[in-house]
Amino acid sequence: MMRTSFSERLTDWAVNGFLWGFRILIVLIVVIGTFLTISSGKYTNEQWIDFIVSGISQGSIYALIALGYTMVYGILRMINFAHGEIFMTGAFSGYFFATWLTSTGFMNTNPYIGLTFSIIFAMLISASIAMLVEKIAYRPLRGASRLVPLISAIGVSFFLQYAFRGFFGPGVYAYPSIDALDGDWNIFGIEILKVKIIVVVSAFLMMAILYYVVMFTKMGKAMRAVSENKDVASLMGIDVNRVIVTTFALGAAMAGAAGVLYALIFRQVSFYMGIVPGVKAFTAAVLGGIGNIPGAMVGGLVLGILESVGPALFLESIGIDRPYQLKDAIAYIMLVMILLFRPSGILGERVSKKA
Amino acid sequence: MINKNNFLWNAIKLGLLGGTIGIFFSLVGMIEVFSKRDVIENVITLGDFMLLATAAISGFIATRSQTNSKTITTNLVTGTLAGLTTGGLLALFVWVGSQINLRAVFLNASPVLFDLLTYKKGANGAWLLLEYGALAGLIGSLLFGLPEKTRKPLTNTILFLFGMALFSGLFRVVMINQEGGAAKLAKFLFGQTGLTLSGAFIFFIIVAAFTSLWSGQSKKIQGSYARLPKKGQITVRVILIAVLAFIAIALPQISGPFIAQVIVVVCLYAMMGLGLNITLGFAGLLDLGFVAFFAVGAYTVGLLTSYGPFGLEHISFWAAVPIAVLASMLFGAILGLPVLGVRGDYLAIATLGFGEIIRLLAGSDFLAKYFGGPQGIIGIQKPCLGTLEQFVKIDVPRVCDGLEFAGPKEIYYLALASAILIAFIAWRLQSSRLGRAWMAIREDEDVAEALGINLIQTKLLAYVLGAAFAGLGGAIFTVLVGSIFASSMQLNVSINVVAIIIVGGMGSIPGVILGAIALIGLPELLREVSEFRYLLYGITLIIMMLAKPEGLWPSQTILRELKHNEIMPDTESPNIKA
Repeated sequence: MMRTSFSERLTDWAVNGFLWGFRILIVLIVVIGTFLTISSGKYTNEQWIDFIVSGISQGSIYALIALGYTMVYGILRMINFAHGEIFMTGAFSGYFFATWLTSTGFMNTNPYIGLTFSIIFAMLISASIAMLVEKIAYRPLRGASRLVPLISAIGVSFFLQYAFRGFFGPGVYAYPSIDALDGDWNIFGIEILKVKIIVVVSAFLMMAILYYVVMFTKMGKAMRAVSENKDVASLMGIDVNRVIVTTFALGAAMAGAAGVLYALIFRQVSFYMGIVPGVKAFTAAVLGGIGNIPGAMVGGLVLGILESVGPALFLESIGIDRPYQLKDAIAYIMLVMILLFRPSGILGERVSKKA
Repeated sequence: MINKNNFLWNAIKLGLLGGTIGIFFSLVGMIEVFSKRDVIENVITLGDFMLLATAAISGFIATRSQTNSKTITTNLVTGTLAGLTTGGLLALFVWVGSQINLRAVFLNASPVLFDLLTYKKGANGAWLLLEYGALAGLIGSLLFGLPEKTRKPLTNTILFLFGMALFSGLFRVVMINQEGGAAKLAKFLFGQTGLTLSGAFIFFIIVAAFTSLWSGQSKKIQGSYARLPKKGQITVRVILIAVLAFIAIALPQISGPFIAQVIVVVCLYAMMGLGLNITLGFAGLLDLGFVAFFAVGAYTVGLLTSYGPFGLEHISFWAAVPIAVLASMLFGAILGLPVLGVRGDYLAIATLGFGEIIRLLAGSDFLAKYFGGPQGIIGIQKPCLGTLEQFVKIDVPRVCDGLEFAGPKEIYYLALASAILIAFIAWRLQSSRLGRAWMAIREDEDVAEALGINLIQTKLLAYVLGAAFAGLGGAIFTVLVGSIFASSMQLNVSINVVAIIIVGGMGSIPGVILGAIALIGLPELLREVSEFRYLLYGITLIIMMLAKPEGLWPSQTILRELKHNEIMPDTESPNIKA
């Protein structure tokens, strides 16, 4: 029988009591808030659908960014803090390309082709920047203790942000508006903004491509092998460096595409735009179970929907003013909740305890 | 037919790299801004210096890395070629800029920049670039060819001159404020925008003489100190401490409020750094939301002492500080409890979430009744040594009968004393039973638990004590600024604190202080180039991690651990599962 002192038992008791109190509080807020809001009937069904559609479009962008975090984490076990900035570089490249296409008139005659081209351009630029970053700032640090690459990534993040600020100025660029993409589409009798549908469709298409690459190509197989065990993989004749670079490039390409899609919705591009979506996407990756590719997709969507629905559904009816200011707080509370209830994330294995 | 191992090819490669860096500096806008400042007045501007230095460094490195034959001719040819390539790439950039309107994309590719690059000579200027580049590369390779004994003082002197030029404005203002001889000296040494020619000459001689004489002296001095009898050693120490204390006390009076403020900010970051050093450096718990505790300390003092509309109690600063520290400790426990079981990167991200939640809640309209929301809390009573008059009414500060800590010059003493106190506590904690328990947890939680360390209590104590330090920092920050806004509790602050610890040396108390000076103090002093502050900050972090990952002043334990890790890298990794 283990001998425990009184003070130890007391702390154990306090810890458990506190944790359960916290969980019960959050559940109560969610249940009571939902009940009150729905019974008050303040929002119509159309409004709810609107919330959910916004949530899905926002969430699919988070999911695209989260893929990069999750893949890099899966292979190198490092938080690529600069990934949000890679997303920003994609948005900028997309902006300049789209502006150029608009000025030549190509964008308005062939909006879909133009959009595809600007997404591809952004993916290329983002992927090349990420490959450079990996080569200069991460590769030499492989095998160093875990905080070292994290700090280097923080350095890269500052560097990219402020290099772009230097290149393009501190202002906010307005993304060119494409007339053909304005307006609504009617789907199953619901009017939905065209842009949102385009964003969701392209994001899912991109994720499908990535899923195919990871699951069914030779490189994908190599990636999974490297994430399982680098040394054994290299013994099997896999060029580990190449695999890691490809992982970075793939993740960055997804983030670059996400940047263009994000700019399509919010119509703004600026040098600091990467921070918040970056942190949110990391949250999404943790939510889904980090290192897990479908997990990142699910996590992104869940986060996006909860963020969009949450303020109205949970918070407004329990007497919180302007709940939309707490949209971000919902994301972070979700994160903390997940870490408390199920630290491994929605689809993940239980790794957090032994990490 | 290019042989890839050819030394010429190597030189061209390094030259291209140098040229790319030069173009990067130009496009980011550094060259243009730095050209307004001089290293030596009317001789060379900072911008020119940067470009020439890039060419010279690529020449130097090319010479060093070429292995073919170390004859003087090949060395010189390599260096010149590298410099020439750097200049050539810049010239190409100028040519491209004259053909295409780069400004449509890059804001800084302005005519002003191209004028600067070509020395206002148009197309001929591009040739000048080539010549200067080759010259600088030649200098670089010559520098390599010099014997170590002359090279070291020379490079040191050049670096020193560069540093003096950067800070010249600061020195000038401080010295001119003294009037009399100091002001005259300042005018002699420093011009409006950089060193004067005579100043540069004098500094050159002093530093060159000093560095060439100094080499080898430090060992001798250490030796003679060790040979002193015990009593003598103590006297030396007492004298040193007395001199330092005198400098510390007199500094703000001499240097004026700006420098005092910079030092206060450094002290605040050092306090936060020492706090996080307990959680991260000692106990190994990465906290990316450390600013939350700072915020709790700041808001507690603000709410308790403010004479503005949100003031609750109107007590004095001295009474509020212990409450603020206790409140931060309580928050440390509250935030620490739920994440106790979480390890590694999950912990980092969970604490990041907590930090953001605190900021969002404090700045939201929902709690604006209590915390002022986005408008923040204003009108915070300054600390007062002496009696504080009764509270009269809202928005009227209370009168202080005695010494009021009104501005940075006075708060300097408060901040410095608190930082020293905290450093002392941290130092005493380090080798205490608790400190050793933390380090055991950092090394291996399971083994630590098996050795009878109560993980929950020990980890909680790390959070609580770290939070207390940050809370005290927050309290002083509040009275320094006189107001609190939720927007000043950004994620960046937490990240800066982590960076301070890593750059300084994890788990090392002097390292943390050094880190705060290097990462916070220097950029604060260089306000004139503040546009590029974070850019340089980012570059510094990357280079630090590449070159010296153990930090500027590493603790011995961590140093051993790093060396150990090099032998046995951590190979375990979670899987990508699909």
